[in-house]
Amino acid sequence: MSYYHIEEEENELLKKVQEISGEVVTLCEQCGICTTSCPMADEMDITPAGIMQAVKIGDKKVLESKAIWLCASCFTCTVRCPRGIDLAKVTEALRQIRLRKNEDHIDLKKVKEEEKEEDLPPIALVSSLRKFTG
Amino acid sequence: MTRIGVYVCHCGGNISDTVDVEEVAKFASRLPDVVVVRSISHMCSESGQKAIIDDVKEYKLDRVVVSACSPQFQGSTFEKALIKAGLNPKMVEMANIREQSAWPHYELPDEATEKAKVLTAMAVEKIRRTKPVERETIKIGKNVLVIGGGIAGIQASLDLANAGFNVYLVEEKPTIGGHMAQLSRTFPTEDCASCILSPKMADAADHPNIHLLTYSEILDISGSVGNFKVRIKQKPRYVDPDKCTACGECEKVCPVSVPDEFNLGMTKRKAIYLPASTAVPHSYLIDENACLGIVPLRCGLCEQVCEANAINYDDMPKYINLDIDTIIVATGFDIFDARLKPQYGYGRFQNVITALELERLIVEEAEGHFIRPIGKDIAFIQCVGSRDKQVGNLYCSRICCMYATKLASLLKRADPSRDVYIFYTDLRAYGKGFEEYYRRAQELGVKFIRGRPGELHEDPKTKKVIVRVEDTLTRKIIEKKFDLVVLSVGLVPSKGTLKIAEMLKLPRSSDGFLKEAHPKFRPVDTPVEGVFVAGTAQGPKDIPDTVAQASAAAARAMAIMNRGELELSPIKAIVDESKCDGCGECVEHCPVDAIKLNGKASINAAVCKGCGACIGYCPRDAIDLKLFSNDEIMAEIEAAVKDKKEGEHRILIFADDMCTYTLADGVGTAKLKYPTDTFIIRVPSSSRVTAKMMLKAFELGADGIFLGECEEAVSPYPGTIEAIKYNVEKAREALKNAGISPERIQYSTFVTVMFQKFVKIANKMHEIAEKEGEIEKEKRMRLGKIEVIE
Repeated sequence: MSYYHIEEEENELLKKVQEISGEVVTLCEQCGICTTSCPMADEMDITPAGIMQAVKIGDKKVLESKAIWLCASCFTCTVRCPRGIDLAKVTEALRQIRLRKNEDHIDLKKVKEEEKEEDLPPIALVSSLRKFTG
Repeated sequence: MTRIGVYVCHCGGNISDTVDVEEVAKFASRLPDVVVVRSISHMCSESGQKAIIDDVKEYKLDRVVVSACSPQFQGSTFEKALIKAGLNPKMVEMANIREQSAWPHYELPDEATEKAKVLTAMAVEKIRRTKPVERETIKIGKNVLVIGGGIAGIQASLDLANAGFNVYLVEEKPTIGGHMAQLSRTFPTEDCASCILSPKMADAADHPNIHLLTYSEILDISGSVGNFKVRIKQKPRYVDPDKCTACGECEKVCPVSVPDEFNLGMTKRKAIYLPASTAVPHSYLIDENACLGIVPLRCGLCEQVCEANAINYDDMPKYINLDIDTIIVATGFDIFDARLKPQYGYGRFQNVITALELERLIVEEAEGHFIRPIGKDIAFIQCVGSRDKQVGNLYCSRICCMYATKLASLLKRADPSRDVYIFYTDLRAYGKGFEEYYRRAQELGVKFIRGRPGELHEDPKTKKVIVRVEDTLTRKIIEKKFDLVVLSVGLVPSKGTLKIAEMLKLPRSSDGFLKEAHPKFRPVDTPVEGVFVAGTAQGPKDIPDTVAQASAAAARAMAIMNRGELELSPIKAIVDESKCDGCGECVEHCPVDAIKLNGKASINAAVCKGCGACIGYCPRDAIDLKLFSNDEIMAEIEAAVKDKKEGEHRILIFADDMCTYTLADGVGTAKLKYPTDTFIIRVPSSSRVTAKMMLKAFELGADGIFLGECEEAVSPYPGTIEAIKYNVEKAREALKNAGISPERIQYSTFVTVMFQKFVKIANKMHEIAEKEGEIEKEKRMRLGKIEVIE
């Protein structure tokens, strides 16, 4: 049974994500449109709508998820969210929280040369590192 | 020289515990024209009112000031007392020393007493200049125009006609009935929609008091309540409805086929057609755009077979002019265009349809006309075009949850082997019997899944629709192929609603539907006098709500027409013709189009709402507002600022009656504290406060001015904020030129519950005055010399 862990103290994650992204995550009504708009959803360990719910509830485990790195920043969720939430920014905020602790999703040095040249599309590398961090 | 009685109320301690009422009374006795002053425990009581009535006789008073509570609270009590005393009811002014002094400043009794004195002086100075107003009425007849022949228009027409009023029911389509005539059954009772509607349609057509004008278009509406001039164009039907027997022979021979609107283009009809099987009037007509016979190359086949000789190719449009007293707008809705959500493939995927199309499929199938297969696996997608920021419709369309539940139930009951899903986000079963109906659908086996798909795909071979959706309750992605996907499309304001709104200058709320005069207490009145709204023109609603609202609108219209005359609010703009040079500035800026230019500006009292927005635009000071005249307000200002002691500030807050004034009363009642140097001046709308007035106030000693106005959504005077901005900008500019900080003039909008905002603003105005310090006398004098550039 997996469940959300709700912090008893102040909801830091929600506050921080809203601060970084500038988006009001509590607007999310859990319609799930983002999930089935997402080209990567099938590969994710938590669905985009699930990410939003985790942030709303303050479950910090979402920071450890693969899903936030699998996001391709294609913005389909953003243009379809009926509540007008920019989900790409929210996901970016989650990555930022990790990156600011100097935690990269992958260590480039550990990626084998052959992998880089053959199997791994360059976009995958880019998306695993910095997306629209500019 | 007037004779004024001043009455200071203790309010049983509510006032006298803080304010030294005897001191206020003593102060009042020295005010000009004051003949008698009394302090009384409860002014609103019988004995309090009797004191006024007796004094009017004994001292020959012609004006009265009551220093007590809010005029919104007890104003009418004292107006009635004045009538009893034989005075004009408007000859009383209330100084609101309870809500504006005793209560908010309860911790500062000395300051509160001083403020109560000033408030009393302001009231005395104002009433000295008040001129009696005569009761103004306009004659009003019994002719009512109902625009739109859907269930709302039909119901309103029948109610009015049964009550003896003369109804003109105008419908743009060739038949009445509206959307309801297209529906299969109604939720939650599952009555057959056309079975319950048809008798009402027939009643409307047969009623001696209803003049039914179908296939008609409103060209123009001018005038105002009691005197609307309406021009209508009735399009040619080319078939005489009195002769046509609806035998249908013509249809058989007509060679032209075009999409049938009634079935939303899913079937074809002929160029000569019966608009619906239950059409009223029950007559064929020729679609002139499709018919071959109307253009010179004549076909004439229908004419040859028509035994009733009903066909007339030379039919011409008729132009009808009506004199109308009141109008009911029942122009309904359009369904949301599902093509605006391309991810759902409507128009591209053959098995994606709208709910209204499904309604027609079910009806036609029941009547034995097979249009297309419905299939076994059916999905409904909720909230298409509603509650969706991406298409700009933030509102809930209210009926889709229940119509989807109904359609799903009907399909499931017709064939229990069907697998029917409803993909929703929030299921709203708010109405009478709705929750029970929802439960019954679940019992039938309709599957309600909480989650909506991001997009739909079509299986290229089978043409089935692939739905992928996250069940947000289980966090699992469901994928399933459906024979049919039904989009539960929302409601949007109809094109007719937009057109009539423009014609009648009816404001619309942010959702685009027509705005009521007050969202709670005047839900079927529009801000335009004598114009009422019914049904979905005002916002999405189901049939029972529509019918209730239609009857309400009819009753409201009757309430005006039944009296034979309409009493106008005495607060109206008036033009001094000796000053007016006919420049037309006021005409251009009147938010309700009440001013016409006939050489000079003339104001239609039936249309004027008395906001005063025109006044500041007049370059020749030719416009004034009755009961809130320039003289009266200037006198209040002067009384508020003149006896300022050293180090004191005087902040004037002009408060519109509907929102800001009520809000200030609320703030006082809640005993929220704000600076005692804040003086509130009541106006109908802050747009009547001109730049000249503001500058004069500064010249006389004001240290800050704030203008409060109703938020547009609840304002009885929509469109006044422009005038406020204009006046404020002009006054700020002049302040700047005189070397005074323009910061000292501020404005904002309110609704009546923004307590903290009000307190914050009062504090901020005080801080600005404090920070900027006293304005030098010389600078104030300079203001008097500045010509305000128009």
